[in-house]
Amino acid sequence: MNQWILPDYVEDILPDEAVYLESLRRSILDLYHSNGYLYVVPPMLEYIESLNSNGQDMDLDTFKVVDQLSGRLMGVRADITPQVARIDAHLIHNEEVTRLSYAGSVLRTKPASFLQSREPFQIGAELYGYKGIEADIEIQMLLVETLKIIGIQNAVFDFNHLDIFMTLIQSSGINREKLNDLYEAMQKKDKSEVISITKPFNKKNREALIQLVSLYGDEKILKEAEKILPQDKLIKNALQFLNQMNKVLKQSNIKISYDLSDIRGYQYHNGLVFSVYADKCYSPIALGGRYDNIGASFGRNRPATGFTMDLKNIVTLFPNSKKAKGILAPQGNKDGLDVAIKNLRQKGEIVVVDLFGNMKTIQNNCDRILIKDIGKAWKVKTV
Amino acid sequence: MKIMIALSKGRIFEQTIPLLKKMGITCNEDPEISRKLILDTNQKNIKLIIVRATDVPTYVEYGAADIGITGKDILDEYMGEGLYQPIDLNIGRCKMMVAAKKGFDYEAAIKKGTRLKVATKYVKAAKEHFAKKGMHIDLIKLYGSMELAPLVGLADVIVDLLSTGKTLKANNLIAVEDICDISSRLIINQASLKLKREFLQPILTQFEKALKA
Repeated sequence: MNQWILPDYVEDILPDEAVYLESLRRSILDLYHSNGYLYVVPPMLEYIESLNSNGQDMDLDTFKVVDQLSGRLMGVRADITPQVARIDAHLIHNEEVTRLSYAGSVLRTKPASFLQSREPFQIGAELYGYKGIEADIEIQMLLVETLKIIGIQNAVFDFNHLDIFMTLIQSSGINREKLNDLYEAMQKKDKSEVISITKPFNKKNREALIQLVSLYGDEKILKEAEKILPQDKLIKNALQFLNQMNKVLKQSNIKISYDLSDIRGYQYHNGLVFSVYADKCYSPIALGGRYDNIGASFGRNRPATGFTMDLKNIVTLFPNSKKAKGILAPQGNKDGLDVAIKNLRQKGEIVVVDLFGNMKTIQNNCDRILIKDIGKAWKVKTV
Repeated sequence: MKIMIALSKGRIFEQTIPLLKKMGITCNEDPEISRKLILDTNQKNIKLIIVRATDVPTYVEYGAADIGITGKDILDEYMGEGLYQPIDLNIGRCKMMVAAKKGFDYEAAIKKGTRLKVATKYVKAAKEHFAKKGMHIDLIKLYGSMELAPLVGLADVIVDLLSTGKTLKANNLIAVEDICDISSRLIINQASLKLKREFLQPILTQFEKALKA
């Protein structure tokens, strides 16, 4: 066996990307900090019951171990959001709004796709305790700022409101297994499959579910949905919510689209959900939305909304174009060399001491050297 | 903006070309003759790429192609996610079924709870089908000539596609159970549909129109 080989979909992050990932992590967390999002660090592993409190949908993605101390089953977190929801619901007894942020690795038993890691690096922000649309807009705007830091342009924000789908299946009496089939068919926009699964439904809802598959596109589809979908109060409210969102976000130059059949995470989310797509990406780079009911299993039901993204995926897709290079300095402390080096480092420069004394800049990740000029002062020279 | 359409050689290519023609997209090259893998069309921004049928979903999922055309049998076996399959093109129609050697009492075997030996290329579909029936099976993955397996005692039954039934007949096999109808689907990359909707939507609409025509 090759001892150096890593498991499939598990990788080292080497300097080029690691340095960039860390600098992004810092800038993004600083942004959240300045917006009042308090940083939390939940544990790598918990009892399986608390990780799965939002339903079983992450269960197969979770690596499990038996706790030697309690004999209970523990899971390595596959998603940080439920942990943060637990912290808000159970530990921070705040009746006001709580804003929390986090960054850290999670593990998945299976990669999300063949090109993604089983150890994504999640970074995100969550807002608890406020039901109104203002909370959703704040979260959208924070994500817009996050994308600016990364330098992603022309991102498309794709929205849906889950109340529409949930209302349409409510009276159907559909069982869990069939619901899962319907979910898959919806996610694939597989119209013919939706037609066959919804056969036992009442005519009105069935028609609407079939139409839902084609209801994606720009704001025009909201008007179309109003015409096509049943005149139900919840559906009306949901469409109104999307219209309101549309008005606000249009002013901030975000590209917006809608997809009323994108019911990703319906077991966990409710209300407004969104995915963000960007050029060169074959899957969403950020996901988010409302999950108002999760806190209940931790003893306190709180309105909640937020987003999460995988920074590892981001640094692979959008590599850093500007890589910081250092200054190569000779060894010793003659003629104030140590002071000169200290001063440069304080200014934010990278200064590397040349231990071999060969002055090989490239091998030391440098593009300049520190040398003495005629007046015996230390000068930086580009090579 | 460039639009790539992934197709496989053979039946799917032959049946798709007339559809494209109805939409005003023509391709003058024959991949069998030219051996080229990227084919130009009369529309500058639309190109066809020729890949193996089982690879079509892979090319589309990773955005190497925006649109692909492939059979439902292949999509059902494909493990990836992130593909939309909005249009049933109604071409390449056939059935997925269970077949056995003439004289093999399939019904009796089921009743007895026999652990069947099943040879197939469609592992996922076979597993799901027999699980739904509440049966345990031993799966034998084959890459072709499935019809041979029951004849030489490698398997009790096979799960395969049936279009004309000629091969079955020639090998003394009969279809004992239908699993599902198969036809070709238009598949589309999720992110492409979000990011290039203005370009892709008209093509999808044209496909739907061409189907009705």
